[in-house]
Amino acid sequence: MITLKNINKTYDMGQASLHVLKGIDLHIDKGEYISIMGASGSGKSTLLNILGILDNYDTGDYYLNDILIKNLSEKQAAVYRNEMIGFVFQSFNLINFKNALENVALPLYYKNVSRKKRNIIAMEYLDQMGIKDWAYHLPNEMSGGQKQRVAIARAIISKPKVLLADEPTGALDSVTTVEMMKVLTELNSNGLTTIIVTHEKSVADETRSIIHLKDGLIESFEKK
Amino acid sequence: MFDINRWQEIWFTITHNKSRSFLTAFGVFWGMFMLVVMVGAGVALQRGMTANVEGFATNSCFFWTETTTEPFKGFKKGRNWNIVNEDLPVLLRKVPEIQYMAPILFGGNSANNTTRKDKSGTFNITGKYPSYNKIVESKMVFGRYINDIDLSEKRKVCVIGERVLEVLFNKDENPIGQNIQVNGIYFQVVGVARNKSTVNIGGKSEESVVLPFSTMQQAFNQGNLVHFIAATAQPGIKVKVIQDKISDVLKNIHDISPTDKAALTSMNIEDQFTMFLYLGLGIGFLIWFVGMGTLIAGGIGVSNIMLVTVRERTKEIGIRRALGATPRNIISQILTESIVLTLIAGMAGLMLGVGLLQVVGYALSKSDQFFKDPQISFGVGVAAFFILLVIGTFAGFIPANRAMSIKPIEAIREE
Repeated sequence: MITLKNINKTYDMGQASLHVLKGIDLHIDKGEYISIMGASGSGKSTLLNILGILDNYDTGDYYLNDILIKNLSEKQAAVYRNEMIGFVFQSFNLINFKNALENVALPLYYKNVSRKKRNIIAMEYLDQMGIKDWAYHLPNEMSGGQKQRVAIARAIISKPKVLLADEPTGALDSVTTVEMMKVLTELNSNGLTTIIVTHEKSVADETRSIIHLKDGLIESFEKK
Repeated sequence: MFDINRWQEIWFTITHNKSRSFLTAFGVFWGMFMLVVMVGAGVALQRGMTANVEGFATNSCFFWTETTTEPFKGFKKGRNWNIVNEDLPVLLRKVPEIQYMAPILFGGNSANNTTRKDKSGTFNITGKYPSYNKIVESKMVFGRYINDIDLSEKRKVCVIGERVLEVLFNKDENPIGQNIQVNGIYFQVVGVARNKSTVNIGGKSEESVVLPFSTMQQAFNQGNLVHFIAATAQPGIKVKVIQDKISDVLKNIHDISPTDKAALTSMNIEDQFTMFLYLGLGIGFLIWFVGMGTLIAGGIGVSNIMLVTVRERTKEIGIRRALGATPRNIISQILTESIVLTLIAGMAGLMLGVGLLQVVGYALSKSDQFFKDPQISFGVGVAAFFILLVIGTFAGFIPANRAMSIKPIEAIREE
């Protein structure tokens, strides 16, 4: 599903340059449930951005679903993101003037699904997330847990190959964190490859394997 | 372009950010409103001017005599002289560029010079040719104007103005065929005339009694005198040409020095009209210049505010990018938002402006004719629409480019 070969990434910071990823080799199979842990500055967010085709890498090769993700045009990147990747963010990143239903339906808009049809599909996903009743509420009327459920529904509505979650529980309390991990675990048990970046041990413990990053290198790949 | 899905998305974005959309669009609304109102006012001014001189031949010139100011051929300066009947055929022969020529005789307007039974009034008595009606056109309220047979048979007939009718006749009385007395002589009324323009020669037309030129000369012992000549040039000939030629011929006949400018006074209406025309053009140009400036300023306002909004919407745009929006999606969204906002605001300004012009036009319709029918033409409306389209596109261009350069990761990280 995902293969990384000697991925290097350097950020140019004016005079100094920051070598963030120093040769990452990684293979992730379909249906895996992985968390990436590491101290701040270890490169875990950069790695996630590269996996999510939100950022480029300097050297190496990245295959996603057997497609080489390298030197893509903005348009091609956008199409791959839309088709293969679902994102969940720490700060939810919902569009605040759109209600829950419209937020969830947005990826389908970029797939040219008609408004009526995408709203029907979006409602199904909200139902699956257990927040159907909140479909017509704006994000600022919802709790953190509800917002993250909306974000997850939005991430999976386009039936992605991989779900990438960047600190999905970072803004949630411990009770909601447990609920959210149940949701993610269930999604994974239905076959969705899920990668979570986190610094919370309790979250990482829910996943089947844990990658520890340190100073831009994989320190350990711990499988249970 | 006609993907309903996309329009829904754009409409949604615009309507769910009402105050932002309103602020963005207001400049264009105001610009369009001002343009429409100013163009309408300019049109009204021109129409008012045109209405003032309607039916008045713009290719006309006029002549009257003064005392000479230069000695010539043994005559001293300060001599009185007159144009006479015999000059008229000479002029027509020597100046073939003349289209119509109308000599005029003015009578005095001594107190109560015109009477009928127990009614009387003081009016301007003039003797005219039928051709006068070709130079300063009258609308006949009743009857007819002076004709050639009146002139050749020296008939005692007259055409009166509306004020004369009002003073000398009872309400709803038919004046045609009735007799009125002018300076003690009876004339039969054959017509009631109303001047189309506000231009008057020899006093207000509504207070005038017009007699056949020949009748007046004989009835009031004027001999062969001509007080005044009005003439028009053939189509395509500058009035200046006949003005100069007529002057030369008259001076030659009457032994006036060709360099004596004061002895024969002439006036060329074409010059005045040309000035009017240029004034109108100047006003029109000024209006479009200022109006377009305002509109463009409005467009720049749209661009400016959209640029700010794009910064404000960095996160939204980043999220859209992360969810699979292509750069093209984003550009077209911003551009279309700009065009839609510009068009809606512009059309609102257009409609409000046209509405205001209608109201003002209605209010003015009964009063001052100097400002008449403020309106804009359909063509101007269509032109405005396309101007808005262009302004909207250009206004959206810079913000759209800025939006496209937003990288999804930077946008999403921004808190």
